[in-house]
Amino acid sequence: MKHRINFKVNGDEYSLAVEPWKTLNEALREDLNLTGTKLGCGTGDCGACTVIVDGKSVSSCLTLAVSVDGKSVTTVEGLAPSGDELHPIQEAFVKTGAIQCGFCTAGMEMAALHLLNHNPSPNEAEIRAGLSGHLCRCTGYSQIVEAISVAAETMKNSQSEEEEQ
Amino acid sequence: MKEFSIIGKDVPRTDAIVKARGAAAYTDDMKLPGMLHGRILRSPLPHALIKNIDTSKAASLPGVKCVVTAEDTPKIKYGNWRLFPETQDEYPLAIDKVRFIGDEVAAVAAIDKDIAEEALELIDVEYEELPAVFDVDIAMKSEAPVLHDYCPTNISVNRKIKYGDVEKGFAESDYVREDTFTVHGVSHAYLEPCSALAQVDLDGRITIWTSTQVPYIVQCLLASTLGMRENDIRVIKPFVGGGFGGKMELRTWEFCAALMAKRTGRPVKFTLSREEEFLAGRRRHPMKLHSKIGFKKDGTIVAKDLKIQLDGGAYNAMGPTATFLCGNFGAMLYRYPNYRFHGQHIYTNKPPASAMRGFGAPQSLYATEIQMNIAAEDLGIDPIDIRLKNAQVSGDKIPDVATISSCGFVESIQRVAEMSGWKEKRNSLKLGQGIGIGCYSFISGGVFNWFNTQYPFSAAEVRVFSDGTAHLLTMAADIGQGSDTVLKQILAEELGLTMEDIRMTSADTAMTPQGDLGSWGSRVTLMAGNAVVNAAKKIKEELFGAVSAHHNLNVIHEIECKNGRVQAKTRPDYGLSFGEAVALVQKANRGEPLVARGSYTPRGKGLVTPAFGFGAQVAEVEVDKETGLVKVKEMWTAHDCGTVINPRSVEGQLAGSIQMGLGYALSEQFVMDGGKTLNANFADYKMPTAMDMPLSHVTHVDTYENEGPMGAKECGEGLASPTAPAISDAVYHATGYRCKDLPITPEKILEHVEKTEDVGLESRKTLHCDLEPEPYKIG
Repeated sequence: MKHRINFKVNGDEYSLAVEPWKTLNEALREDLNLTGTKLGCGTGDCGACTVIVDGKSVSSCLTLAVSVDGKSVTTVEGLAPSGDELHPIQEAFVKTGAIQCGFCTAGMEMAALHLLNHNPSPNEAEIRAGLSGHLCRCTGYSQIVEAISVAAETMKNSQSEEEEQ
Repeated sequence: MKEFSIIGKDVPRTDAIVKARGAAAYTDDMKLPGMLHGRILRSPLPHALIKNIDTSKAASLPGVKCVVTAEDTPKIKYGNWRLFPETQDEYPLAIDKVRFIGDEVAAVAAIDKDIAEEALELIDVEYEELPAVFDVDIAMKSEAPVLHDYCPTNISVNRKIKYGDVEKGFAESDYVREDTFTVHGVSHAYLEPCSALAQVDLDGRITIWTSTQVPYIVQCLLASTLGMRENDIRVIKPFVGGGFGGKMELRTWEFCAALMAKRTGRPVKFTLSREEEFLAGRRRHPMKLHSKIGFKKDGTIVAKDLKIQLDGGAYNAMGPTATFLCGNFGAMLYRYPNYRFHGQHIYTNKPPASAMRGFGAPQSLYATEIQMNIAAEDLGIDPIDIRLKNAQVSGDKIPDVATISSCGFVESIQRVAEMSGWKEKRNSLKLGQGIGIGCYSFISGGVFNWFNTQYPFSAAEVRVFSDGTAHLLTMAADIGQGSDTVLKQILAEELGLTMEDIRMTSADTAMTPQGDLGSWGSRVTLMAGNAVVNAAKKIKEELFGAVSAHHNLNVIHEIECKNGRVQAKTRPDYGLSFGEAVALVQKANRGEPLVARGSYTPRGKGLVTPAFGFGAQVAEVEVDKETGLVKVKEMWTAHDCGTVINPRSVEGQLAGSIQMGLGYALSEQFVMDGGKTLNANFADYKMPTAMDMPLSHVTHVDTYENEGPMGAKECGEGLASPTAPAISDAVYHATGYRCKDLPITPEKILEHVEKTEDVGLESRKTLHCDLEPEPYKIG
């Protein structure tokens, strides 16, 4: 029996009928064609499928679609809604060389978003702790850590500019 | 040195923005109308005869559109070593026999994944279990179970290298020692599980999108195993989420996707689960290495005798190349006047090992480097000094193999010693803290044509347009290492254009020029890069002629492409914009577009590679005496990759190789029992996280490789080798535990500490007796 769920993804409202065993990852990738969110392991160990649900970062591969009924989901596609500009996190990932194969990138960026939402000025150890649930095989993490500290600076500066205005 | 405008500059990767947005489509992100989902049935037994397969129940499950076993295939063997067909030992689906847990037996395609999965359980396979063998020593015994009828010894490859007189060398040595090392298998653990999507075109051609490092090899082998012609297959490589050697062969899911698309007339996609990747995926070869080495009293190496048994698992895969390369790497780094190698590739009932970052070097050089340190200690010489004494230098000839061209090895050792404060730390660190060294050399692509291609090793086509743009076409495969960006940089530099002026099509076997052997062995920058330069030079000749005629230039003028112009070097005002020059050439040729093709095939470069990269690495560790846990605190790397084309990419490669080397040394391993992998997930297969990474310092040693494009050569793959020996040596320095059996686990350290109590401390004292801290001179 399928269950009807109503939920928001990146600000848009969706209504889906899903099998009770369908994961949020499958709903996003297969039903909504939001393939920016990856599936690296399916067991919640690699972090590549990370999305934000009502402000919390979750592994979409371990989250059942039925459980997001009435909730709001942010995926990598929701980071920079306009076609032209990148989110400061994305911009920093591009600039610092934090992206190689790119398969962990969406999850890493969502982890960064979650971290910076809760801690706008993380030190290196805090950034590394914030990434500890995410695996990367290409970068050795160093440029990702650098990207997040660059993004934190940019986001802080743009926030203080806004406050001044 | 030549001044560049784009080479060596901080150029962001051209695929970074789409990847940052989540808009880059990897194979599993693709969907086609009517697409079916495939799953593979794998053997639950390590060695068994297949007596019968009944697929009728599976086939009649509603939603199942196709079930195949070997009976539905042309039964043609394949393997990457086409030059030696006897090494081609694999069928896409098992015929009569399975040889490891995970061996592919049948495949199902259904309207969704759940139905496909359910159908697998409805396939009845009747097996007759056979005795299995999991250890190379047992596999080589005469009474051992035989995996392949053609190979009753289980030894599928024998490779021997010999030069000088090894026995005489040992006789002349003052100090001879023998050690046996064992190294374990590890997973590539690329983040993107393998995936392939195939459909049949209108004219019967099969198009397959696949997560591969080798589009051309997949094209050829897919054609041969399906009984089709090469041109009946089009391979397109979408974005690939890492490979590291694990995606460089034709694989069963590619074959099944194509076969089932043909049989059903519908697109078919297979995507592996992570569990399948760990249970049955390719891996780095476990090996046993027996090394005997002789020195003079002053530390000069006289002779080396190296015997290696590679645990190949059930099939050859890229094992023959690994066997060859182990022997070649065994003779690298230092001067061995007398050298003998015997490598044996052995079948066991385990998942096949294959190419993995370093391709034999991490194993071979682990033995080299640890033995070097043991010898240094016994001879009372600092590990740095004994390396400097024996280090290979530019111009050194390795008999029958290669002449070393550019080489920054000596400088790498000196710099890494200086950066790390080696002498000071080697003398002053407390018990439980240690510092150690490891070095590497690596190839810039292979020379030996095992695939027996009739095309150039790499090719490029360049089309230029009167709007000032250029289109680069190459079959080279960017699998995340950044080769598309690097090749664009090379073209932009040659043509005096900007990165924004270059369009690119890559890794599509129907659209890009034949051929390219793929991304492995650090071959792309040098080989595809040279092909790009070659094509660009032909374009420039045409442009130079047009500009010369247009301005009626004296024939002695040198002309250049620079800043979007084609101009006389000494009189830039005598010139045209790039686009105007292109238009002129076209006019002179009655409108024909200006297109050139370039290629590169190494010739007269010995047997191994056109150029070697070198480097050295120092690790500092802290070992917890209570728990045996090793914390790698800091690493220093000095390396020589020729001209650095993209600094951020080079840094990223180095940092990534440290992650992989750290895992290899300390935490990653397949825990196996009776051929079954017990830790087939990322929770139990321990890959280093961001919190495990040491502080890292890097310096590039300036060299210029004449054979490489703009002086560039190998980068980032060789560095898979030094990390484990450097950490291992540091652990020895900290605890007295000399690891000859990777990985270095807390259990092994604690066992040593318990056995020796304070002996470790004693050995440290003798180790340091005659060292004096003094700074190294930089040459």
